[in-house]
Amino acid sequence: MKEQRHIRLIINGETRSGQVEPRKLLVDFLREDLGLTGTHVGCEHGICGACTILVNGEAARSCLMLAVQADGAELRTVEGLAGKDGLHPLQNAFREHHGLQCGFCTPGMLMTAYDLLQANPTPTEEEIRAGLSAVLCRCTGYHGIVQAVQAAAERIQATK
Amino acid sequence: MKPPAFTYHDPTSLEEALELLRRYGEDAKVLAGGQSLMPLLNFRLSSPPVLIDLNRIAALAYIRQEDGQLRIGAMTRQRTIEFSALVRGRLPLLYEATTLIGHLPIRTRGTIGGSLSHADPAAEYPAVAVALEAELVLQNASSTRVLRAEEFFVTYLTTALAPDEIVVEVRFPLSVSTSGWAFAEFAQRHGDFALAGVAAVLDANGEQCRLARLAAAGVGPTPIRLRTIEHMLEQNGLTEQSIDAAAEKAAELVEPDQDLHASADYRCHLVRVLTRRALRQAAARSREKQQ
Repeated sequence: MKEQRHIRLIINGETRSGQVEPRKLLVDFLREDLGLTGTHVGCEHGICGACTILVNGEAARSCLMLAVQADGAELRTVEGLAGKDGLHPLQNAFREHHGLQCGFCTPGMLMTAYDLLQANPTPTEEEIRAGLSAVLCRCTGYHGIVQAVQAAAERIQATK
Repeated sequence: MKPPAFTYHDPTSLEEALELLRRYGEDAKVLAGGQSLMPLLNFRLSSPPVLIDLNRIAALAYIRQEDGQLRIGAMTRQRTIEFSALVRGRLPLLYEATTLIGHLPIRTRGTIGGSLSHADPAAEYPAVAVALEAELVLQNASSTRVLRAEEFFVTYLTTALAPDEIVVEVRFPLSVSTSGWAFAEFAQRHGDFALAGVAAVLDANGEQCRLARLAAAGVGPTPIRLRTIEHMLEQNGLTEQSIDAAAEKAAELVEPDQDLHASADYRCHLVRVLTRRALRQAAARSREKQQ
């Protein structure tokens, strides 16, 4: 019998738990065990950024964490971005500015942008581009994504 | 399941971790922030029988000023260093270098002890540690020793760490006055490992240079301290001419390998350009401070 561990964590405000082998990646635990398939798996070695989620409020690659390392942590995935009042300003801005085509990188883009705006609420275009270089998009050419993040930053500031 | 099977330990104290390392020695791999080791595990390029995860050892994460040094616990995250007012105020070179490591989501997890122990010669922290004459505190279950950064880096991805040791602390001296600093690097894409990088600190008085410390990254099996350049600057000062001469000399001092990313010649060229850039910026910052 392989070693199994019981883990318990808070995901998008809800307490979840599971039995995992220590070598199971956090992203695979989210997708396979909890059915939270919003978080995508791309390169599986920390380059593409598609699997980026918030771990205790900060963006991190969920393909470079073991599920057991998240025991006791508070996570937020793209499924937890929209609130009771509807989509998050970032999500609305991505829709309005055509910030996605195939959508594969979008969960990672959104969570990375969320953390970017948290660390720097009024970024310049250059800062947005530098921040978003953490996630690879292979179809939009980034233009719409950068505009979306800029628009979302302005909207968030305006409603403060 | 991507990573190969391993026996997993996540001790909550340093003593417990060192005891595990004593027991398993070379069978064990130590997991810090995981931004280099996890990819190796995911691709099964590394298959350690035992994994000792340091992430639950809260006592290894701190930044404090003590005995004329800035002491940083090995498990301190790069993100914590980036946003530390103490680091930004006292070790601006370390701050600047941190912002160049990968991307923010990488720095959320990546640690200073992990980066130094991984010893990628193209990484930022090893070059900063060499330039600033940092000391590394190495510990095993029975003893502690302190090594200078230059003694710690042996060759590509290889350090002076014994199989039962880990880096527990990094100590940066605050005694030398350095009014100017810069980390200049060139990478093909933002966040990639740099093809070459130069870390520089200066203590300048006008065009006079009281002290210079330089190290180059990515152009040899370890970060390379550019002592000859330091002496040149301390003798000839920080005129445009002496900075140009230092940059020319720097390109002669390094003997980079070629790989699929860049030829050896191109890396030498980068060292020339980056040395000039780093020195100009460090000198300018030094002047700004004096005004």
